[in-house]
Amino acid sequence: MRTRALLALPAAALLALTACGGSSGDAASRGTAGSSSGGDLTGTLTVFAAASLTDVFTGLGDQLEKENPQLDVRFNFAGSDALATQITQGAPADVFASANDKQMKVVTGAGLQAADPTVVAENVLEIAVPHGNPGHVTGLEDFANADLTLAVCAPSVPCGAAARAVFAAAGIDARPDTEETDVKAALNKVQLGEVDAALVYATDVRAAGDRVEGIEFPEADEAVNQYPICTLKAAPNPDAAQAFVHLVNSDAGRKALTGAGFRTPGS
Amino acid sequence: MSLAVTLTVRRGQLTADLDLAVADGEVLAVLGPNGAGKSTLLRVLAGLLPPDTGRVTVDGDVWDDDGVHVPPHRRRVGMVFQDYLLFPHLTALENVAFGLRTRGVRHPEARRRAADWLARVGLADLGGSKPAQLSGGQAQRAALARALATEPALLLLDEPLAALDARTRLTVRAELRRHLAAFGGSTVLVSHDPIDAMALADRVVVVEDGRVVQEGTPAEVARRPRTDYVARLVGLSLLPGTAEGTTVRLDGGSAVAVAEEAQGPVFVAVRPESVALYLTRPDGSPRNVWPARLVGATPHGTAVRCELDGEVPLVADITAPAFAALGLAPGAEVWATVKASEVAVYER
Amino acid sequence: MSRPRQGGVPLPLLVPAAIGTLFLVLPLLGLVIRAPWSDLGARLTEPGVGSALRLSLVTATLATAIAMVLGVPIAWVLARTDVRGRSVLRALVTVPLVLPPVVGGVALFLVLGRQGILGRLLYEWTGFTIPFTTLAVVLAETFVAMPFLVISVEGALRAADARFEDAAATLGADRWTTFRRVTLPLVSPGVAAGAVLCWARALGEFGATITFAGNFPGTTQTMPLSVYLALQSDPEAAIVLSLVLLVVSVATLLLLRERWLGRAAAA
Repeated sequence: MRTRALLALPAAALLALTACGGSSGDAASRGTAGSSSGGDLTGTLTVFAAASLTDVFTGLGDQLEKENPQLDVRFNFAGSDALATQITQGAPADVFASANDKQMKVVTGAGLQAADPTVVAENVLEIAVPHGNPGHVTGLEDFANADLTLAVCAPSVPCGAAARAVFAAAGIDARPDTEETDVKAALNKVQLGEVDAALVYATDVRAAGDRVEGIEFPEADEAVNQYPICTLKAAPNPDAAQAFVHLVNSDAGRKALTGAGFRTPGS
Repeated sequence: MSLAVTLTVRRGQLTADLDLAVADGEVLAVLGPNGAGKSTLLRVLAGLLPPDTGRVTVDGDVWDDDGVHVPPHRRRVGMVFQDYLLFPHLTALENVAFGLRTRGVRHPEARRRAADWLARVGLADLGGSKPAQLSGGQAQRAALARALATEPALLLLDEPLAALDARTRLTVRAELRRHLAAFGGSTVLVSHDPIDAMALADRVVVVEDGRVVQEGTPAEVARRPRTDYVARLVGLSLLPGTAEGTTVRLDGGSAVAVAEEAQGPVFVAVRPESVALYLTRPDGSPRNVWPARLVGATPHGTAVRCELDGEVPLVADITAPAFAALGLAPGAEVWATVKASEVAVYER
Repeated sequence: MSRPRQGGVPLPLLVPAAIGTLFLVLPLLGLVIRAPWSDLGARLTEPGVGSALRLSLVTATLATAIAMVLGVPIAWVLARTDVRGRSVLRALVTVPLVLPPVVGGVALFLVLGRQGILGRLLYEWTGFTIPFTTLAVVLAETFVAMPFLVISVEGALRAADARFEDAAATLGADRWTTFRRVTLPLVSPGVAAGAVLCWARALGEFGATITFAGNFPGTTQTMPLSVYLALQSDPEAAIVLSLVLLVVSVATLLLLRERWLGRAAAA
């Protein structure tokens, strides 16, 4: 009686493992330019995407799941640098969407892409201040004010690299109090009212709604972040990967992106 | 400086109900079997355990009463614990000085007085040693010095000799008697060993199941035991004599060989189970061999308690089968032997 | 002085012990083997490394000191008194052990941040805020590391013979004097062991620090934060930083030799 139970354990484990891995080649791939994916994708789709794409991609992922009830879309949103490192270390991702070219080059430099990346969106920096602007921030030059509590992203993160570029372009000696590891963390500090201002993306300001006010500044155009996307060569679920990228590039995808504050390439 | 105690204390299954008084300079021994409530009594007197009801007065000061409980550190009490409890991280000198330092005596003065006390208990050279480096007897003496150094009104001793081996017990007991005699306050000594009580106490109180079952001088209690426990306890033979080295000349005339050297007037004490009986004069190692006549035999549990008369009157406990095998009966002439090492001697 | 028992190690103990040791040691060996030995010198003298190390050592030591001053009394209350609600107190004190450090950081924000319950008052009265300062690092580290000290000291107190305290009482020592002159010296090995654990935990703290104190070189960028950031842009720098942290930790633990921790280990 006991031995049967013991044998059942490894069998169950094996079953669970195979179920987790994506099924390959099950569904007939239907390459369409439209947003519909045909409804017969199965398994799991793992998308590694920059933190700033959280809301847009989550919505698109829901749509894909609705069209393909047997598909489970999973996201890993983080700083693009962390994601690129994870992918080069062998993390099992199907799709990678980076917040700048530099991090995408890390992945393509290692030859891990299935096809050339395409740029799906652009993002510019905007100053985010808490509701009511308690620090009375008016523009980028306030970032040199040591009396204010200010946040930017760490230089190794695309948002932080962009911040450096705009400060240089404007000739400002910035005095931030903290260099956050990703843009959502910086935005968080603004939402909590713990910092007087942070340099985040326009999309983040849009996403935070009433809790945060945005201040645009002209130097932002000096550092436009392009968002390339690609499917990965070692993708466990290549069909779903392609379907997702098509969805992002489709009209529905573009509408979602611009609605969140991104610019589409070439606009 | 005297102690008056009336108390009731409930600890687990035991209810202790006691009424005692000890005068200045007097040593009261509390005898009783384990679990009788003796240690509880000491803890109450020390202030470590408040009584459920009752009153403890020392020197006119009320230490415990309805609504009154003076905490231990404000009582002028000195206590020697069964395991001595010398602070392991302090030297012997620092241990003895501890009670003085807590009462505000400055370092140099405290050390001087502590060194004085160590010398008085014969540990003058060991002040710098840690308790772990002291032998059992030395630790006992250090613990005593520590308790006495604060000049308490009440001295409490919890089984002071129990942790020592038989040989050390003899010497330490004798010294303890000297120190207690020199101590001006009241002393309460708790023991399960009747020899301690006999040797050290002016008065004995026997406690069983939380109640006093007998009290009196050691001699009175020994002579007229009132309960089984006491009787068994004091089946001791207690003989007065004069010691010259390792021989004691009894007042009756006979000589008793003992293991420990002594001088002057002493008591010789022999436990009933240490006495062996023979029908003919034995040739063996014990140097103490006397003729005796069996004058009484009473069953005593699995043993037979034999009263022996003769030049050395003794009480002997013999197993019932042995009693039968020897064909003993009252009036029989026998030989009694006791090993010198099993004879306790202490100053009278 | 204790001598180890004679005789070999029984096989059923030796095999798991060997496996466990390998499991713990191999990753550390990996660090050593893969370190960029050729340019180690140049990397070590980069300014960021020195300041991060100095900051880490100073904050960890301060955090441990605070933990000892506050934690030993807590341990005493837990081990030596009958106050009601002791078990609740013990549960609360150990919560930081099971709480994800980031959650701890957020919680600290909610109380001590500029908008926090207490922080708000501090800001209004003095204009001083705690987040993004070195003080915040110390507080975050204390929060996560103090439970180690409390548990260790409570254990030592319980194992210690309380009868020595009875003896001290009969010698005229009130509870405070007894604690100072008898209890504390007797449990000092346990306190030392707890302090070492606390220090090590504080040194390695990341989640609460980065959330509450933020990240800025020299002020709040401790070694773990440096490693995390370096990993994303310059993995070799990350290895160097990790190696430095490893060497410092091992050296410290070796200095606090078994002899001083001996009684606590035996207790």
